[in-house]
Amino acid sequence: MNAINESILTLILLVPLAGAVLVALVPDRGKLPNWIALSTALVSFGLTLHLPAHFVLGQGGFQFAINRAWIESPAIFYHVGVDGLSLWLVVLTGLLAPVGVVASWNVIRERRKVFYALFLVQQTAMFGVFISLDLMLYYGFWELSLVPMAILIAMYGRKDGSKAALKFFLFTFIPSAPLLVAILWLYAQTGTFDFATLQSLITYGSFPAGPLSWAAFAFLFAFAVKVPLFPLHGWLADSFSEAPVALAMVVAGKLGLYSMLRFHIGLFPVQARAAAPYLIALAVIGILYGACLALVQRDFWRLLAFAALSHLGLIVLGIYGFTFTGSAGAVYQILSHGVVDGALFVLLGVLYDRYGTSQINAYGGLASKLPQTATLFVITSLAMIGLPMLSGFVGEFLILSSTFAGVSRGWAIAASLGVILGAAYMLWLVQRLFYGPESELTASKPAIDLDGREFLVLWPLAVLMLVLGLAPSLWLNEIQQGVLRPQGNRPVALSAPVLPHLASTTSSPGEGQR
Amino acid sequence: MNPVPDIFRILPEVILTLTGVAVMLIDASLPPAFPRRPLGWVAALGTTLALWASLWQLSLPVGTGFFSTVETSPFTVFFHVLICGIVLVALLLSLDTLPEDSHHQGEYYALVVFGAVGMCLLTGAVELLLVFIALEISSISTYILAGYRKQTGRGPEAAIKYFLLGSFATAFLLYGVALIFGATGTTQIYEIAHLAPTAQNHSLVLAGLALMLVGILFKVSAAPFHVWTPDVYEGAPAPVVALLSTAPKAAAFALLLRVVYELFPTLHSLWSPLLWIVAVLSMTVGNLAALRQQNVKRMLAYSSIAHAGYLLAAFAGLGTSGIAAASFYAAAYAAMNVGIFAVITLVSGYDEDLPMVEDYRGLIYRSPLLGSLLIFFLASLVGIPFTGGFFGKFYSFSAAVDGGAVALAIIGLLNSGLAAAYYLRVALMTAQPSAGKNAEAAVPTPQVGVAVGAALLMAVAATLILGIVPGEVLRAAEAGAHTLQAPPSPQSVHGLGIERRPNP
Repeated sequence: MNAINESILTLILLVPLAGAVLVALVPDRGKLPNWIALSTALVSFGLTLHLPAHFVLGQGGFQFAINRAWIESPAIFYHVGVDGLSLWLVVLTGLLAPVGVVASWNVIRERRKVFYALFLVQQTAMFGVFISLDLMLYYGFWELSLVPMAILIAMYGRKDGSKAALKFFLFTFIPSAPLLVAILWLYAQTGTFDFATLQSLITYGSFPAGPLSWAAFAFLFAFAVKVPLFPLHGWLADSFSEAPVALAMVVAGKLGLYSMLRFHIGLFPVQARAAAPYLIALAVIGILYGACLALVQRDFWRLLAFAALSHLGLIVLGIYGFTFTGSAGAVYQILSHGVVDGALFVLLGVLYDRYGTSQINAYGGLASKLPQTATLFVITSLAMIGLPMLSGFVGEFLILSSTFAGVSRGWAIAASLGVILGAAYMLWLVQRLFYGPESELTASKPAIDLDGREFLVLWPLAVLMLVLGLAPSLWLNEIQQGVLRPQGNRPVALSAPVLPHLASTTSSPGEGQR
Repeated sequence: MNPVPDIFRILPEVILTLTGVAVMLIDASLPPAFPRRPLGWVAALGTTLALWASLWQLSLPVGTGFFSTVETSPFTVFFHVLICGIVLVALLLSLDTLPEDSHHQGEYYALVVFGAVGMCLLTGAVELLLVFIALEISSISTYILAGYRKQTGRGPEAAIKYFLLGSFATAFLLYGVALIFGATGTTQIYEIAHLAPTAQNHSLVLAGLALMLVGILFKVSAAPFHVWTPDVYEGAPAPVVALLSTAPKAAAFALLLRVVYELFPTLHSLWSPLLWIVAVLSMTVGNLAALRQQNVKRMLAYSSIAHAGYLLAAFAGLGTSGIAAASFYAAAYAAMNVGIFAVITLVSGYDEDLPMVEDYRGLIYRSPLLGSLLIFFLASLVGIPFTGGFFGKFYSFSAAVDGGAVALAIIGLLNSGLAAAYYLRVALMTAQPSAGKNAEAAVPTPQVGVAVGAALLMAVAATLILGIVPGEVLRAAEAGAHTLQAPPSPQSVHGLGIERRPNP
């Protein structure tokens, strides 16, 4: 078992890559690439499940760690490991891989080899981002994740893929230039890229304050564009409307949010705290702005994009509230958002596939014709809105309540307003798509409800939403351990609230479970 | 201790010269109807031998020969191997792509090999007059090669432009040498390095350095001495550009390293800001101009100017790290640039019927292999991790950050973001489906022959190795940097293999 524990992360990285090579080598006949991609995705999902099964709660530090020298000078290590923060994110990434493959099963009809090969490379890159503990290794995967995404958006875009791909690539590539300079600067100062070493060096060492805050800003900026945080969301709507379903569900959110938690707050707690008030303000503006724009969108991909902007803003609020509960809630919400958004993308992809348009007003009265789709869509929408007992609720509740108690009542109330708007645009979307009179389009086309594969993907996701909502403690233990870690073994955040005019809150590590 | 025979110091050059002469003699004695293609294999064989000879030189003690005019050291070996490698790939590339009926094929191969002689000699020369001669040998070959497609108007135009401007630049270099000789009374680099700080006519030395820099920066096509580049690249045949954009540049960068770090390390405060400005100018001018290009070769010409800028950023680094980073970048850039020109040669054809970005539309469907290779090399040029381009930039900019030039690194990285825009435009064009079925049928699918296949394989392998396990190459570059930093006295003779060098 030890041997497996010591190599599991390498396996998780290599399996999708090997699958990609295999897909690239086999002839492009029939469904062969699909089957290879699916089995690879399932195997890698199975491998990720090994992590929570053997994760030791209460043991600090990174588990399943591998640390080998890769390049001598500069000293880059192949250092990977997971803690509570990244554990479930790795599993989520693993889960979304087969979902993505199945969602693309009939949609991607041409050039399947290219699609699945790049999709699997993308998978490796994302795993790499979540488990790298060496800044250069992390940066490598971070950049690598851009390439397959950009090419796939360009190749399989719905209308103008090239433009969206270019926008996506430049928006995320250019901010990573300062990020790399900041990493290099840290290396020049300390001689190491190792995350844990840097963390303690920055905490206890004497760094020039000016450059250090610039470095922190460079990190933050790169991550904020990737999330995206208002007002850096220019690329989001185009990417959502152009990207194939399998990629759209991973294009935004978790990579940037995880990086914020791990590398911005983890490395630069002081600077992050100083930036927090501004970030909270931007996050709340993003919540409201995204929700308002989502209300008026006529295209459901764009609606989903602005909804995502709003939801991601909420998560950022949780992260930079610097309360223990808020951070745990934020990680929880990343997971929930990953599942819910994934399901929504698949469902809207089903509609787009059947009817060939993303204009909301072209639809109507589908509930009677596609009952399964409608049921799942309603469940997913309710999870997204944050109905109690479904997954969206736990995270939202933790974030909002901790913000209310520990950060600022004003911001919490404003953010809650965004949640209400969220209910409005989602329910209105459901109403316009599935209820009301049948539209010309839906009447003219044959009604094809979910096929076996879609069924097989969506119901487990729906069940997962329910489980996430009903039994949060299954996940929260590890998350809380992970959230605690960056501050040492003590929730430092609690004794020093972000906004000085507020009394410190007294929440305990166990609170989040209730 | 036996002194090393002088001839061993220039063994690769000797082999290359003999190869060139043999190619020309065989060419002249063959009947006119006989195919000239085997001559290319002869040239490739000679180049491979020269490459091995360079590696063998590592077993020689570091030192000079021929009255302290030629040096062999890990530094020279690094660049010898690099140049011979590039020339080998360029020869293999030409083997399959030169039209069978083209004139003077024998001369073509001979000129490539003679050019290699000049470039190799340039990296080993420690005597300014020999530097000048070596530069001329390599330049004259490349002038002729640039105009090799005589039948089109562009070919001779490229050759004449390159020749006129190149001669000016060489003249500048020679003036610089003359002034330095006037100030110090010698042209031997170690002696000058020894005398220059105390030379009476200090302003003469400064002027000499400035003139030499002009000459060398022209050769590496750094802004503002870059105007010849796009026209020459556009006019010259693509296999020649593959050579032209990498090997002479690598040699010129080796010379630049020698001049600034070995000849005038004491004038650091003077040349460092100069190179800083040139680096920033080159990146910015190159990238901004490349954004607007529709012709792929012109675009890559401007991109090569930008890459010269990235490489010059390494000169902001301190001593060893700067030299090692610059050498590494030269290798990484050579690998990916030769690779991309190999792909372009195949796609555009020798006569370049398809020179525009638009012509690359749907390449990945016409020829999945070439399409993916093009995207791969473009990704490397962008600087995506796990390719040579990434570590090249990485070392270059980390050398700059180390040397305190954080602003330069930020400008450079922002520039590489800008550069991504035009590289990506080509990459995305390759991935876009063609406009119509008819258009697809009209375009012939490029064929990949054995020689070209080998060339591509070498370029891909080099780019991947430099991107995934750069350790060995970097160690070699660092070993070279050490010898350049501390010019050995003739007495200190001990075997210096790369492996035995202590790692700092």
